[in-house]
Amino acid sequence: MKARRWLDEGGVFIALAVILLLFGLLIGPRFVSGANLELMARHAAVVCVAALGMTMVIASGGIDLSVGSVVALSTVVTALLLGGGASPIVALGGAVIACAAFGAVNGLLITRLHVVPFIVTLGTMLLIRGAAKGLASERRVEAPASWLNDLMRSVGGTGALLPLGVWMTLGLAVIVAAVLHYTKFGRHLFAMGSNERTARLCGVRVDRAKVAVYTLAGALAGLAGVMEFAKLSVGDPTVSVGLELSVIAAVIIGGGSLSGGRGTVTGTLAGAALMTAIQVGCSQQGLPNWVQEIVTGTIIVGAVGLDRWRRRVSG
Amino acid sequence: MTPAPRFEMRGVRKTFGSTIALDGVDFSVRDGEVCALVGQNGAGKSTLMSILSGAVAPDAGEMRIDGVPYTPRSPIDARRQGVAMIYQGLSLAPDLSVMENIALGDEPARWGVVKREAMRARAAAALADLGHGDIVPDRLAGDLSPAEQQLVEIARALASGCRVLVLDEPTSSLAHADVHRLFEIVARLRQQGQAVVYISHFLEEVQAVSDRFVVLRDGRVAGEGRTTDAPASAIVELMVGRAVDALYPRSARTVGEVVLDLTGVMPGAATLQLRRGEIVGIAGLLGAGRTRLLRTIFGLEPVISGRIRVGTWEGPASPADRWRQGMGMVSEDRGAEGLAMDLSVADNLTLSRLDGLGPGPFVRPEAQAAAARRWIDRLQVRCAGPRQPIAALSGGNQQKIAVARLLYHDVDVLLLDEPTRGIDVASKAQIYQVLDDVVSNAARPRAALLVSSYLPELLGVCDRIAVMARGRLDAARPVEAWSEHALLMAAAAGQAS
Repeated sequence: MKARRWLDEGGVFIALAVILLLFGLLIGPRFVSGANLELMARHAAVVCVAALGMTMVIASGGIDLSVGSVVALSTVVTALLLGGGASPIVALGGAVIACAAFGAVNGLLITRLHVVPFIVTLGTMLLIRGAAKGLASERRVEAPASWLNDLMRSVGGTGALLPLGVWMTLGLAVIVAAVLHYTKFGRHLFAMGSNERTARLCGVRVDRAKVAVYTLAGALAGLAGVMEFAKLSVGDPTVSVGLELSVIAAVIIGGGSLSGGRGTVTGTLAGAALMTAIQVGCSQQGLPNWVQEIVTGTIIVGAVGLDRWRRRVSG
Repeated sequence: MTPAPRFEMRGVRKTFGSTIALDGVDFSVRDGEVCALVGQNGAGKSTLMSILSGAVAPDAGEMRIDGVPYTPRSPIDARRQGVAMIYQGLSLAPDLSVMENIALGDEPARWGVVKREAMRARAAAALADLGHGDIVPDRLAGDLSPAEQQLVEIARALASGCRVLVLDEPTSSLAHADVHRLFEIVARLRQQGQAVVYISHFLEEVQAVSDRFVVLRDGRVAGEGRTTDAPASAIVELMVGRAVDALYPRSARTVGEVVLDLTGVMPGAATLQLRRGEIVGIAGLLGAGRTRLLRTIFGLEPVISGRIRVGTWEGPASPADRWRQGMGMVSEDRGAEGLAMDLSVADNLTLSRLDGLGPGPFVRPEAQAAAARRWIDRLQVRCAGPRQPIAALSGGNQQKIAVARLLYHDVDVLLLDEPTRGIDVASKAQIYQVLDDVVSNAARPRAALLVSSYLPELLGVCDRIAVMARGRLDAARPVEAWSEHALLMAAAAGQAS
């Protein structure tokens, strides 16, 4: 029982510590220096913000494969709005709202058509990617410079601790964690993910909650897209292909269960950090890309294997 | 000089925890004999079937086929040793053809390549043996009617060389007209010298098809005999035969206003008025439609026609609406529906009413735990605390939480579907006690609608009982008008006696 809890909640943090220590020994103390940690934080932020939404979706027993496409759409919408003369805050808001709308479409299709989320979001993954390309006329969309471009810029030498985008990520993480654990909505999500029939029996408005959770996931992916735009400084409809898999991997490594009912924000952030540390560490150590892919893949399979094992033990 | 039995079981015992499911059962069937196995729900029939099919190993006792020890390690092993089971739910692969289904697991082949002609011939022969050569072996099993599918299953059993054929409630998936055809097939099998075990709730079926009957009660053989010599009432007496003990508290109850009013509700053909301060029971066989009726009332399944009034509310309602109207339900299936096993005791208890556990949309974990602790104490739930995952609790303690959810929500109308099935006597007693408390509460008497297959429980706790048979609910009558015998006759006959 004790060992199981330890693996349930602490496993990912221990893995993260081991990886940081390992690369710290290999590369030297500069791997864990402030500047390098900031680099990793900036690197991880996009995945983290999208993964906050995914944590809620997965806790409720669903999945959202359209995240990568939503991020690309968001970069395009942001660039188009900025190019059209909108203020940065309007561009940001517009992109988030557009992406939330697509999230709502996911939710509505899942609840109205009674099609499993995997299939629905597989379809909308293509659909939204196509919409982004159409909007951008299959080109990169240039946009005038604004403070949005500074969202993810390194703050080295400016006296600030972390870039605004990273602070936003942390703030949202606190909010999502609070929603999951301290609100009716959050408890309902876990109940649905654990046993949807029980949730329905207990009067949880399951369909409504599903639409809400996919809408929130869309909005968060939209915000992740704005942050991606900040890094690129253009709108690019071909960006973030396959991002959904990194996002799902972060949640799963962090203790989320694809069969629903489990998932924590701290675990998800640690999962994203773990993958980023491997990526950054491998490239700074001069290891080829394929080593990094093998290590990341092994950790994903290991985490899911652990999940199955946990389920078997807890019977 | 009687021939040796084809199949024989002697002194078979099986216990689950402290529950004795089978206590020294002897049972045998001969070639060319149809032996009916009857008994109430919980008498031990399903355990006996599990042992026969190899799904469960007996604690003691022995089984023999043709004098050779029969010790199946799994259902597949049982089939290999010659015992074939035909279950209530049909189990063909719908996307395979009839002949593929018949040959499944034993396909005639050379070098791994299936010999389709041999397969077709085998299937046609097996179907012809049953007098149904009209079923084309190339058709998809999923396109057949339920009756034809059942026939294919029987053909599969015969083609695999079964020596004992077990039919478990075989008419439950059949339309009325097909039941007669099944009887003809069973008669034909008997003539061909097949040993058949026929399990059924329906006494008229038992009388129509069987040569001999064995009655199980409380895990023992309560009696057996030749079917032709025994009237239905004699078999029922063997099935019942026990006195109600003092398990059921009954305080003085004051009947108040109507809180649930059903008028011609379909499915269920139910017309019933439930008043404050009374418990109305619904008796009936498995599959009679009792669960469906409860689920329809609670908004989990659509109302086809008729009128449901809860308090002053009328019209369609979701479960969420029902909870708000002061109605709660305990599901018959604790694991699949009643409880979310990954969640804690506190989460499961408070899920229907998280309001008031914190400001606005928030839930304070301490308030949730405090609420749970109250009910854990009140119902003496054995657990490590409100935060323990409910899966770690025993079945009885889990069920207490499922019932306590309604009490925590403070509902006026309790819909209870088999609330004490499969739990220990101590937990049952606590559930009956708390039920009596809320129904007899002088200040605010609640009302309960109780579906149960355990007749002593119905007679012990209910004020009125209605019988549901073949999808129709009869009028409720005072409990004094009923006996176990009368309930069983009404349920099995499909009409009030």
